[in-house]
Amino acid sequence: MAAYKIIDHTYDVVVVGAGGAGLRATMGMGQAGFKTACITKVFPTRSHTVAAQGGIGASLGNMAEDNWKWHMYDTVKGSDWLGDQDAIEYMCREAVPAVHELEHFGVPFSRTPEGKIYQRPFGGHMSNFGEKPVQRACAAADRTGHAILHTLYSQCLKHQCEFFIEYFAIDLIMENGACRGVVAWNLDDGTLHRFRAHKVVLASGGYGRAFFSCTSAHTCTGDGHGLVARAGLPLQDMEFVQFHPTGIYGSGCLITEGARGEGGYVTNSAGERFMERYAPTAKDLASRDVVSRAMTMEIREGRGVGKENDHIYLHLEHLGAETLELRLPGISETAKIFAGVDVTKEPIPVLPTVHYNMGGIPTNVYGEVLRPTAENPDATVEGLMAIGEAACVSVHGANRLGTNSLLDIVVFGRACALRAAETMKPGTAHKPLPKDGSDLALSRFDRLRNANGSMHTSEIRLAMQKTMQMDAAVFRTSKSLAEGCAKMDQVASTLPQLKINDRSTVWNSDLVEALELENLMDCALATIVSAEARHESRGAHAHEDYPDRDDVNWQKHSLAWVENGKVKLDYRPVHTYTLTDEVEYIKPQKRVY
Amino acid sequence: MVEFALPPNSRVQPGKVYKAVGAKNVKVFKIYRYDPDSNANPRLDSYEIDLDACGPMVLDALLKIKNEIDSTLTFRRSCREGICGSCAMNIDGTNTLACLKPIEDIKGEAAIYPLPHMPVVKDLIPDLTLPYAQLASIKPWMQTQTAPPPDGERLQSPEEREKLDGLWECILCFCCQTSCPSYWWNGDRYLGPSVLLQAARWILDSRDEMTGERLDDLEDPFKLYRCHTIMNCTKTCPKGLNPAKAIGAIKEKIMERRV
Ligand SMILES: Cc1cc2nc3c(=O)[nH]c(=O)nc-3n(C[C@H](O)[C@H](O)[C@H](O)COP(=O)(O)OP(=O)(O)OC[C@H]3O[C@@H](n4cnc5c(N)ncnc54)[C@H](O)[C@@H]3O)c2cc1C
Ligand code: SF4
Ligand code: SF4
Ligand code: FES
Repeated sequence: MAAYKIIDHTYDVVVVGAGGAGLRATMGMGQAGFKTACITKVFPTRSHTVAAQGGIGASLGNMAEDNWKWHMYDTVKGSDWLGDQDAIEYMCREAVPAVHELEHFGVPFSRTPEGKIYQRPFGGHMSNFGEKPVQRACAAADRTGHAILHTLYSQCLKHQCEFFIEYFAIDLIMENGACRGVVAWNLDDGTLHRFRAHKVVLASGGYGRAFFSCTSAHTCTGDGHGLVARAGLPLQDMEFVQFHPTGIYGSGCLITEGARGEGGYVTNSAGERFMERYAPTAKDLASRDVVSRAMTMEIREGRGVGKENDHIYLHLEHLGAETLELRLPGISETAKIFAGVDVTKEPIPVLPTVHYNMGGIPTNVYGEVLRPTAENPDATVEGLMAIGEAACVSVHGANRLGTNSLLDIVVFGRACALRAAETMKPGTAHKPLPKDGSDLALSRFDRLRNANGSMHTSEIRLAMQKTMQMDAAVFRTSKSLAEGCAKMDQVASTLPQLKINDRSTVWNSDLVEALELENLMDCALATIVSAEARHESRGAHAHEDYPDRDDVNWQKHSLAWVENGKVKLDYRPVHTYTLTDEVEYIKPQKRVY
Repeated sequence: MVEFALPPNSRVQPGKVYKAVGAKNVKVFKIYRYDPDSNANPRLDSYEIDLDACGPMVLDALLKIKNEIDSTLTFRRSCREGICGSCAMNIDGTNTLACLKPIEDIKGEAAIYPLPHMPVVKDLIPDLTLPYAQLASIKPWMQTQTAPPPDGERLQSPEEREKLDGLWECILCFCCQTSCPSYWWNGDRYLGPSVLLQAARWILDSRDEMTGERLDDLEDPFKLYRCHTIMNCTKTCPKGLNPAKAIGAIKEKIMERRV
């Protein structure tokens, strides 16, 4: 192996990721007095949070009566009773102060005539325990993520947080089961950096790019998941992948659910508003899994639109140019550019598209990463935390409600800093790192940099994406999942044949993509194998051979350890209790909208 | 844009040519390449792309090159929908976002360069350290003296909020910044259109209470007054924003308080 020059750093806390979750954590750690570094592979405002459109959920009650307990009920129901209710209680209760805090930071929310934060209805958010849709999504037009991310970055500038921008985290430094730091590569000058820290916080986002068609950015490659898997830790509930009902047909760009919140609706080839049949109460504002399945059913039964009858129309034209300009300017532009559609005149061609990963790195309600054992399913890993889409707290269970992810990232970004402040002191002395601590990272870096096989990253990636798209789709069967597992096994076995052409160290994006591919592959394997094993239908996991939810056997979190392309499964119980006695545990019920 | 003499080691040489064998609908992309690890001058590589097997945007062509032809080609990209600001570059003579630029809008060969007048790290990747530092220098965060309501939002009327429209949507792509002749010549001291647009975003926010200090800070012959309303910035903004107007609004605010 080539000798690499390594630059050493020591911090109280290192945050990996500068999306909404990472920035909120970085800021909070700084405020608590910790010497904190934030490492990110893209400039903070380019993180994927910037693309979030519709809103952030909080029961402010600015436009209609609302209550955090209703929000909690909706989230539990949305999760199809796979969410941990202690965490859900925490998130929904903290939502109101969290949104007020964002406003105080300067987020340019849209406003009501009284000057309060504007709120719109969103799928699955109802008043009075499921009665009728309620306006709960706090919005900055249809660019809420942009507004929040830029504002959080500005707060980090205010607090003079230390950033390591365009640094790529390669692997964790582990010692006797505890996390001691992380190794990262500075793209700008090609140097390698070893960060020693008492706490590493993973805020590296989702892994939408394991699929062929997704609303996620190119940089959503599950890097944090890969780091954790290689450290011998499990990933949780990876079979739960959310398909958003309205990705633009072809490009996959998202049209926010806020479009239906503002009164948009979907139709089939007969011009029928078919959601009235599938969800008589919530109609177009039913939960995402419900709408995506309904659309898929319509297409399958021959009622799709377009030349190939393979998609659905989303109508906004009846809303009028003025509302579209005021409330949905961003998606009006996106529809024009990516579908060639003038939304004031014509419907948008849409299709359920991979959007969000409910699963991820298991944590408790404080953001501490779990290493579950048979004796203690809630045992934690010293020195390691995870937040945001990379994590699985689990507040979203089997299906996330729209607006709950922006909420998740700010609430748990803050919570992990509070927890650190409770459990450690700024400036605590560090032990020396183990001698071989960075071997994993360096050998991986060197191996891929010199990879000289016969298959290019893009080839293997495409094979993986197509397999996942085909076999881990909206509807799954025993056959499709078994085939998917076999195919993924084969695709993963081609990784040693990887070839990259760029051998440089400065901004070697060929190498970046190879490192990302290995991370994506671990995510994809965990997803398909966990899905194959789950013999029930719950939330986003719709299994045609097991069409019902089975609480007796399957109300439990899947755990997947991925090692050298092989997946080992186990399970841990769902938390069937709340955090405080202000609310009672919500018992499983039949889920109708 | 203005032509001027480059130092010899940055003169662009002709580069490699990649053919699209058997393709019927071919377009040539001439792309600026620079490899910091070699001592070589930058070069222009030519890639023939079969448009029948390529997505509609310039970013699709770049991805096709990277995936299928030459994986060493390096550029920034993330969202592919014009919201993250990563893929800003000079395409066909204009600064814009590769992901929003339709290939069919380009007549003839497509020439692609990094954003102009910035140091180049590699290929299409400019070093943006300077504009990022300038952004930080204007304190782009909410500054207030009165405490916010303990359990509610600060109120802001829809009319007050409307003043931020056309400002807060900026994605910091720096297309405008690097198209401004004043910034090319005085980039060390002139803040440039994107940073001034950000300054306006906070000056015009009814909730911010440090407007006076913000204006004091900008009232300087270089930071603000190098803008000669040449309008390149507004013409080039891929998000349809108007930095020249925002700069005008700051100047107006300064005038207002003089009288
Ligand atoms: C189009 C779209 C619209 C959405 N709209 C909404 C909405 O309206 N409401 C809602 O609640 N949710 C929405 N979501 C979901 C939500 O935006 C995301 O789940 C959320 O923003 C994730 O935030 P994050 O901070 O966890 O990760 P991200 O914002 O994805 O950030 C990840 C960070 O990790 C860094 N990183 C990753 N890997 C590495 C590495 N190896 N080394 C160093 N750094 C690394 C990246 O640089 C980045 O800074 C939407 C999602 C999409 C795709
Ligand atoms: S209007 Fe001002 S900022 Fe814009 S290009 Fe001209 S000089 Fe530069
Ligand atoms: S004003 Fe427009 S061109 Fe300038 S940085 Fe912002 S989005 Fe880019
Ligand atoms: S890739 Fe995000 S703006 Fe082009």
